[in-house]
Amino acid sequence: MTPPDKTGAAADPRTSGPRRRRARGGAPLPLLLPALIGLAFLVLPLVALLIRAPWRSIPELLTSPEVWQALKLSLICATAATAVSLVIGVPLAWLLARVEFPGRGFVRALVTLPLVLPPVVGGVALLMALGRNGVLGQWLDATFGITLPFTTAGVVLAEAFVAMPFLVISVEGTLRAADPRYEEAATTLGASRFTAFRRVTLPLIAPGIAAGAVLAWARALGEFGATITFAGNFPDRTQTMPLAVYLALQNDPDAAIALSLVLLAVSIAVLAGLRDRWMTAS
Amino acid sequence: MTDTHDTRESARHRAGSAGEDGADGAGLDARLVVERGAFRLDVALTASPGDVVALLGPNGAGKTTALRALAGLIPLSGGHLRLDGAELDRTPPESRPVGVVFQDYLLFPHLTALDNVAFGPRCHGTPKAAARAQAAAWLERMGLAQHAGSKPRRLSGGQAQRVALARALATHPRLLLLDEPLAALDARTRLDVRAQLRHHLADFEAVAVLVTHDPLDAMVLADHLVVVEDGRIVQEGSPADIARHPRTDYIAHLVGLNLYRGEAQGHAVHLDDGPEITTTEELTGPVCVAFPPSAVTLYRDRPAGSSARNLWRCEVAGLETHGDQIRADLTGELPLAAALTTVAAAELDLRPGATVWAAVKAAQTHAYPA
Repeated sequence: MTPPDKTGAAADPRTSGPRRRRARGGAPLPLLLPALIGLAFLVLPLVALLIRAPWRSIPELLTSPEVWQALKLSLICATAATAVSLVIGVPLAWLLARVEFPGRGFVRALVTLPLVLPPVVGGVALLMALGRNGVLGQWLDATFGITLPFTTAGVVLAEAFVAMPFLVISVEGTLRAADPRYEEAATTLGASRFTAFRRVTLPLIAPGIAAGAVLAWARALGEFGATITFAGNFPDRTQTMPLAVYLALQNDPDAAIALSLVLLAVSIAVLAGLRDRWMTAS
Repeated sequence: MTDTHDTRESARHRAGSAGEDGADGAGLDARLVVERGAFRLDVALTASPGDVVALLGPNGAGKTTALRALAGLIPLSGGHLRLDGAELDRTPPESRPVGVVFQDYLLFPHLTALDNVAFGPRCHGTPKAAARAQAAAWLERMGLAQHAGSKPRRLSGGQAQRVALARALATHPRLLLLDEPLAALDARTRLDVRAQLRHHLADFEAVAVLVTHDPLDAMVLADHLVVVEDGRIVQEGSPADIARHPRTDYIAHLVGLNLYRGEAQGHAVHLDDGPEITTTEELTGPVCVAFPPSAVTLYRDRPAGSSARNLWRCEVAGLETHGDQIRADLTGELPLAAALTTVAAAELDLRPGATVWAAVKAAQTHAYPA
């Protein structure tokens, strides 16, 4: 929509200029005013973050071992959570998109539940399932001596729990848009359903998987509620960036701002990276 | 289920009339019953190796459903499917010796033409290098060697069609299925591709079944036509047979083509057994000439000073009414079918045995390489 408009304006500013101005002036005040307030509401906090940032001491703050630890842990855990989501989320998306089974709509609703569930509730639920006395955790502890809460693995699980639905929804959407007849064509050539998926479907939906993975990764990186509930807040083990920001805000606000800036930069990078993908994919 | 016996009987009869015994030997012997809500498909198909069968019918007649059932992409609700004596009803599609050329080809967009063709052999366990060598040979045979490294989106419609055909043939199927093989092509390419496809199908040693709604494609490509309407076979036979004696209005309107084979020299086509037809196309060698019955103008007396070069003296062998149209079956210098309105027929006082002059404008004929 915008490019032709822009070129039109550039080619002939005299004709398109007034028309555009009239279009803008045509927005009624009762709509325009709240719209501008809404925009300011979203942008102002971020601008404030930049204004109040202790720019001079930032290099020092960001190179402190605690920050570095938290950042490293965040990146590792978010990446691991994304990997977990890919391994079990892509097949789940395929199941939802391609196999008809009774109660499919209900299963899809279950999968999307963590999207709307308060993350803290997710953390509590994870504790009930995988905690030392949890439904499954008790057995894991007794049989294998594995305890997940308050460990780095626990962070990965908490992040994956919250982030995987993003990946599943994104991949399922791509799968639904992809022509299932390519899989049929593959089976008529002698490919089993799994071979057809691996050699035909997977390459075809790769852009959707990448977009979903980035989305899940960004969500995992910012995950706070489920992580602190299920994995606690131990430096170097479970203290990820968002947890560090929260903690720092209480005794060292400058450090909190610096950490926030790092997360903001990552978010903007993700958005910029995804924009092209989404535009070409849809 | 009461008509099962009947259908079996007629299937056997058809197999017998096709010349070879397709019922319990090599080839295809199928009765496809697919029920989907209110729609019911019930067609019997038999064919011997080397046969090209065309399923012809209007949209929604169930042609593609029949094709998908043959490929195993949808299950049969009833009937049977035997190929070279082996039962295939319950065999999953990947285990059937069946190759499919889909309507829009469905070439895998992320693979090159070569890898598309090598896909089938790879799935059948051929090592990568050998599969690619086989694929290269197929592309060479299709005249596409220089496009082996191209992705499908860089191929023209005709090239993509040949890659799709090569891909289907590379698994050495015993049954080749083609779904509207020429529908995606523009009129110009269509002519070339049709001639090439005819050539490749003639080389194909097993059974080929193609689905089309275009009578010309069906007549050029197939030696046996099966006309399907509303999930049932309404007529089947050789192209010439069906063209001359269409049994329903649909066939009369769409399939009722006059089709001849002959040797072209420029604008003139010398028919194998008959006179000469003047065409607008300039061709040499063996060709087919077709024109619709509606292109034929009939006169009681030889028209004086007529500009039509194609003028033949004929005799009315039969008359049939199809809706508001009358089809005249003519014999004589050139056996042909003519369509005219009931009013025109009355004015001409047509009746069996009457002598008429049939004229066809060269512009209304259509010649193409056989």
